[in-house]
Amino acid sequence: MSTQHEIMRKEKRKKSRIRLIVESLIVIVFSAIFLVPFYFIIVNAMKTSPEASKLSISWPTEFRILENMQEVLAARDNMLLLAFFNSTVITVISILILLVVGSMAGFVLQRRKGKSINIIGSTFLAGLMIPPAVVPTIWVLEQFQLFKTFPGIILVMVAISIPFSIILYTGFIATIPKELDEAAIIDGCGGFRLFFSIIFPMLKPIHSTVIILNAVQIFNDFVHPLYFFPGADNATVQLTLYNFMSMYSTDWNLLFANVLLITIPPFILFLIFSEKIVAGMTAGSVKG
Amino acid sequence: MKINKMYSYSLLIPAGLIYGLFFLYPTIMSFFFGFTRWNLTDWEWIGLENYIMFFEESSLMIGFKNTFIFAFLTAGLKVVLGLIFAVLLTAKLRTKRFIRSLVFFPVLVSTIAVGIAFSVLLHPSEGLVNTVLGLIGLNGPDWLGNPNLAIYSVAFVDVWKGVGIATVIFIAGMMSIPVDYYEAHQMDGGNKFNAFWHITLPLSRPAINAVIILALIGGLRTFDLVWAMTGGGPGFSSDLIASIIYKQYQAGFYGLSTAGNVLLFLMVAVIVFPIFKYLNRKEVDL
Amino acid sequence: MKKMKMSLLIGLMLLLAVFLVACGGDDSESSEGSTDTNGEDNGETASEENPETTLTFLVDNQTVTDGIEAVAEDIKEKHNITTEIELRPGGTEGDNIVKTRLATGEMTDIMWYNSGSLFKALNPEEYFLDISGESFVEKYDDAYKETVSVGDAVYGVPGEASSAGGWLYNKKVYEELGLEVPNTWDELMANNEAIKEAGKVPVIASYKDTWTSQLVLLADYYNVHSEDPDFAEQFTNNEAKFASTPIALRGFEKLQALQEAGHYNGEESATGYEDALEMLASGEAAHYPMLTFALAAIADTYPDNIEDIGFFGQPGAEADDHGVTLWMPGSIYANKDSENVEAIKTWLEYFVSDEGLETYMAEMKANGPYVLEGVELPDDAYPAVKDMASYLEAGKVGPALEFLSPLKGPTLEQITVEVGLGMVTPEEGAEKYDRDVERQAQQLDLEGW
Repeated sequence: MSTQHEIMRKEKRKKSRIRLIVESLIVIVFSAIFLVPFYFIIVNAMKTSPEASKLSISWPTEFRILENMQEVLAARDNMLLLAFFNSTVITVISILILLVVGSMAGFVLQRRKGKSINIIGSTFLAGLMIPPAVVPTIWVLEQFQLFKTFPGIILVMVAISIPFSIILYTGFIATIPKELDEAAIIDGCGGFRLFFSIIFPMLKPIHSTVIILNAVQIFNDFVHPLYFFPGADNATVQLTLYNFMSMYSTDWNLLFANVLLITIPPFILFLIFSEKIVAGMTAGSVKG
Repeated sequence: MKINKMYSYSLLIPAGLIYGLFFLYPTIMSFFFGFTRWNLTDWEWIGLENYIMFFEESSLMIGFKNTFIFAFLTAGLKVVLGLIFAVLLTAKLRTKRFIRSLVFFPVLVSTIAVGIAFSVLLHPSEGLVNTVLGLIGLNGPDWLGNPNLAIYSVAFVDVWKGVGIATVIFIAGMMSIPVDYYEAHQMDGGNKFNAFWHITLPLSRPAINAVIILALIGGLRTFDLVWAMTGGGPGFSSDLIASIIYKQYQAGFYGLSTAGNVLLFLMVAVIVFPIFKYLNRKEVDL
Repeated sequence: MKKMKMSLLIGLMLLLAVFLVACGGDDSESSEGSTDTNGEDNGETASEENPETTLTFLVDNQTVTDGIEAVAEDIKEKHNITTEIELRPGGTEGDNIVKTRLATGEMTDIMWYNSGSLFKALNPEEYFLDISGESFVEKYDDAYKETVSVGDAVYGVPGEASSAGGWLYNKKVYEELGLEVPNTWDELMANNEAIKEAGKVPVIASYKDTWTSQLVLLADYYNVHSEDPDFAEQFTNNEAKFASTPIALRGFEKLQALQEAGHYNGEESATGYEDALEMLASGEAAHYPMLTFALAAIADTYPDNIEDIGFFGQPGAEADDHGVTLWMPGSIYANKDSENVEAIKTWLEYFVSDEGLETYMAEMKANGPYVLEGVELPDDAYPAVKDMASYLEAGKVGPALEFLSPLKGPTLEQITVEVGLGMVTPEEGAEKYDRDVERQAQQLDLEGW
């Protein structure tokens, strides 16, 4: 009896040891693939300029991370701080608008049936395939006197992000039973009230998904702010990378320190929402 | 009737207005400018000349070839790797939260930063990748400098950067599969491998379809990573349709580049719509 | 739930605010934006005694602005005009930004840009202030003046010294190997062979920065010009092509000859401009076909080695006709629609005045001769610049093609990479370039194309 028990225990232990080895192996492989580039950026961000110019993964001989960060922040009259402000304003407001208008549209597009709604839906989805037309967009912004203004760049970013958000929302809303709406009708709710008092609060999980995917996109966007939001006072974070790449020489330590700094906000966002990204799509993506 | 009233069109208005004014309207304008010689202040109707000139572009064939390679390779790898990762990360792994974060990290970094970091890591003699290969006795190639290899190298970096999103979508898909299915399967004496083929895969189909379509559309029209890493080079060897259009745009050939944009859109539509239809039909069959 | 409602409310309010701003955005806000003073309350002061003015200045991030900033400081002191520099990316991406901003009326008060063909492709009459009436224009060198003029109108002020395109070489390597400056292409190839045998890199190809690949072709233009002075005009008029003009094709052939002989460094595509400068300064490599503006960068990064760097023009077939190809300086142009035209004129005038030049030259050493009459090269010029000056004294000098013709195909740098890497033959490269130029001419709607 007892020997059999022992064998089983041994077996179990052996199994769990194999498990441990397999798991460690998985962790090592994934870390090597996904973490090493970050490690590379981080160690070089800590080095002095001559040491960083060797671009090796060796541990820094002299830690300069704070000095580097200070220098990055102070470069060109604190351009990075201004850029953080600008990018944050653009991202936050764009996302807020996107959440409201995207979910409203997703709701109607999912619930209504008929030919005309299908056409409208396809029109929105076509936005995924069409590359934005830069110059005509500037021309339109000028008509509304929105060129080079926060509202201008924000509206463009929202317009570009709407199609993908609608996909996410329609997918999720499909999982909310229609009976709920019908119950609301019986209670005498109107369209807007139904949506805002019943549906919108239920969308919390998918909001998280929409927020993180779009916020990262908008915050990390380089091209669009360059075209639609030019001007010295309108710098956005990605543009600051250019501060350290010039004809003279690239200050790799500062460049990577800058990369680190501007990756912090998306990273924080990820920490907040990481568990919820999946939750939001769990229902949503199934219905595609 | 009553139901449709509930889902009033007025809820669509804000999104429609923003999207219509700041996306559709400029796009329609650009379709028009594709038929003109345009220097932003003046335009002159020249009919199909831009389209003809676009097809005469000497690197166009390379661009087509690369665009297909890039789009299908990245979409395929994102689906396969994403599925593998998702299966791993929905299994009973103690470190799965950590690994899930790892896979998603690259999504958080901007394309430019990724491009800069990888062009350094892929340096033929001093880059980390070839240094590591050298340690195990392999002579790594010039990843970005070899004209036959450059587009593949960029594609792999694109997968590295984007597989996190695919993985998350797959995880979401798999987590919404009711546990009873697996329990029933186990009761019938099925093993885990079978469970993957008979339950996970078919029931993740919508998620797979979503990833295929999104990755394909993305792969067909993006070029920013190529731009950050090779600039389409060496020569024209890693040019994509989108980067060719961008170069024409940079050169100030606005009419020509808008014509190219229209063609790119048509190309994406022609490729993606049949696949979309096909995938959706399959879904019904199941 | 409550939280959600709250955020919803905020969202809606913001949405509303955006639309309000959108509709009510009055002219004053958007049209002044960057052109007016920065944060000063009394932005609209008319013509008081020396009112404070701020001029915005768009410069690419590859131009060294130390000299300009020093002069701007003087101007601030003497004329109470503040200069606010706004950076943009360089290269074709930067060109695009400049074009977009000009077309949308969002240009800064003054801007920095190339002279010659790139400038003329901007449609200057539409956007820039004609300064032909200013007295300082009389000091201009004629060849320079032509590159910033359209018809009788003059638009640019030289923002730096000119440079030459040719071969920078490491004198120490030459001394070590007992080599002499080559006067023909064959001598150059022989030198390369000797350098290669000695285990050093004969010629640096830095194709990671694709623009650098054009130098062998473009710097060969002196040789084209001296054999066929009409080429530029015929080229502009669609009468001469690179592929069918043997002397013009030579540039592409030289690019390939170096590749075939194995004179490049290897890893060409992974080598950038900075790497190239380091290789040259350290003596790891002997030659770098480049513009002399690289000297400032070498002096900055490798101050101990700048004395070792020499220069010679890209040699042709004849030893007694060894000359250099000259690049006109980048220029500063004024926005026609600026509200500060008077301040701009003051600024420009001071910039090219004797005082301004003195400040400038104290900060920046010359890459080559200045294009203003009566401004001499200082005695402490870089040795390479002195090498270059000897060609000028002998009259062996001609401008680069881009200063003689408004045509310069936008994909030349990719084509020269292809030829330089041996991916296509020189003939194919030249044909590709001819097609590229044809397309540009058609898009610019030039006569005869």
